[in-house]
Amino acid sequence: MSEHVVQSPLPGVFYTRPAPDKEPFVEVGSVVSADTTVGLVEVMKQFAEVKAGASGTVTRIHAENESIIGPGDGILTIEKG
Amino acid sequence: MRKLLVANRGEIAVRIIRAARELGISTVAVYSEADQEALHVRMADERVLIGPPAASRSYLNMDAIVTAAVDLGADAVHPGYGFLSERAEFAQKVTDARVTFVGPSARTIRLMGDKARARSAAEEAGVPTVPGSAGPVNGLPEALAAAEQAGYPVAIKAAAGGGGRGIRVVADGAELTEALPVAQAEAQAAFGSGLVYIERFVEHARHIEVQVFGDGENFVHLGERECSMQRRRQKVLEEAGAPGLPENVRNAMTDAAVALAKVAAYTGAGTVEFLYDPATEEFYFIEMNTRIQVEHPVTEMVTGRDLVREQLTVASGAPLSFAQSDVEFRGHAIEVRLNAENPEFAFMPSPGVLSAMRMPGGPFVRIDSGFGPGSEVSPFYDSLLAKIVVWSDTRASAIARMARTLDEVEVEGVVTTAGFMRTVIDIEEFREGRYHTTFLEGWMAGRNKSGGNA
Repeated sequence: MSEHVVQSPLPGVFYTRPAPDKEPFVEVGSVVSADTTVGLVEVMKQFAEVKAGASGTVTRIHAENESIIGPGDGILTIEKG
Repeated sequence: MRKLLVANRGEIAVRIIRAARELGISTVAVYSEADQEALHVRMADERVLIGPPAASRSYLNMDAIVTAAVDLGADAVHPGYGFLSERAEFAQKVTDARVTFVGPSARTIRLMGDKARARSAAEEAGVPTVPGSAGPVNGLPEALAAAEQAGYPVAIKAAAGGGGRGIRVVADGAELTEALPVAQAEAQAAFGSGLVYIERFVEHARHIEVQVFGDGENFVHLGERECSMQRRRQKVLEEAGAPGLPENVRNAMTDAAVALAKVAAYTGAGTVEFLYDPATEEFYFIEMNTRIQVEHPVTEMVTGRDLVREQLTVASGAPLSFAQSDVEFRGHAIEVRLNAENPEFAFMPSPGVLSAMRMPGGPFVRIDSGFGPGSEVSPFYDSLLAKIVVWSDTRASAIARMARTLDEVEVEGVVTTAGFMRTVIDIEEFREGRYHTTFLEGWMAGRNKSGGNA
């Protein structure tokens, strides 16, 4: 089993859900494929989707909703499979 | 007015501080943790930290800003544009704290912020509105009747939509019959409400707006601005005046804008936005913005009047410093919004530190910016790096001057739209003044298709 850490491509504010009143994109235990959206990064009033980049199961979520992140910061860990 | 709190950041905060200083009014800057070194904070006489970087916790925090104003003894608050500038609740909170809000009353902001009520106010003032159903349509027969009356093609618009989202255009009754249930379902899915209304669709519409000013008793206009050069509904370039606008249309439009200001007993600076159909020479009211606009400098350049200074004196209780007959128009002005975005990568924002920043200069060139060499362009706020404004006696020479100034821009550390805007300046349709609100995107799509990347 190998792990894949999804990193933020940009600096900004990280969101775990598409809107404040919506469910999170993924939770621990979610099964994802490479093109699954796992969060949003707001940079200068634009929203960029963050893709999983690998298929597998989400084992840990590192970045909290509405937290400030930098490029390369870990967002979540996926156990590949 | 002795002490003014500026409830904003970036270039508009700097602009307001400058106007206040010229009037001998001392200034208070508010700032977030991300803006400790920002230009507006350095320029103000006093400063107050109001929260963490996210705007929702700082520049949008009404209570923190009102508390700061009261604690520092500010007797007025200028909201700038964006952020809290058109939030009636904020204007009310400021007023309730016995502090002057620089802008119209909370009541007027609320009126103009409500689409249906603003439309009624426009009709009352005799200002033409876009033909269509006044509100949401119930069922197909009502939709067909409204479309027949408005005249095809019509747009089916989601009542809860906005900013160009949730719009479908149909050419006749058969298309409307087919599209209505789809549009309702889409509106429900996208906006949580299936309500839609019907409006005449104007192809190749131009966005032309009129600057108005009022002191509650006297109402004047300062001419129009052409704002049709847009990308994703965001203005990228503005002109004063509008090229090729027939004189009789200009007069009717500015009269209509003043009539609306009068009906609203308007106080302060406002902008009445119109959609203009060059094919029929008809114009329709879109909305009224109850704030100073980003593009106000082009109006200042052609009228020689300081709009922000006027906002401050009118808010202090002075009557308008000029009458309509005093307003004269001279020459032509163009503004380009220089953004920290990468045109090569879908205009992705480009935050960073400005390791170099040399802005253009020379005659009749004005730069409004909240940044300087060494400034950080933070990822938390909008991407406007600087407004480049030029004036000249003719439109052709103003275009030449803008081309020259864009060539002088030197920015390192972030990617800017200077090169892209330089190519826009050279487009034949722009030079001839033949462009509309969807022109630029069409031009970009055509350019990508042909593989060109100039």
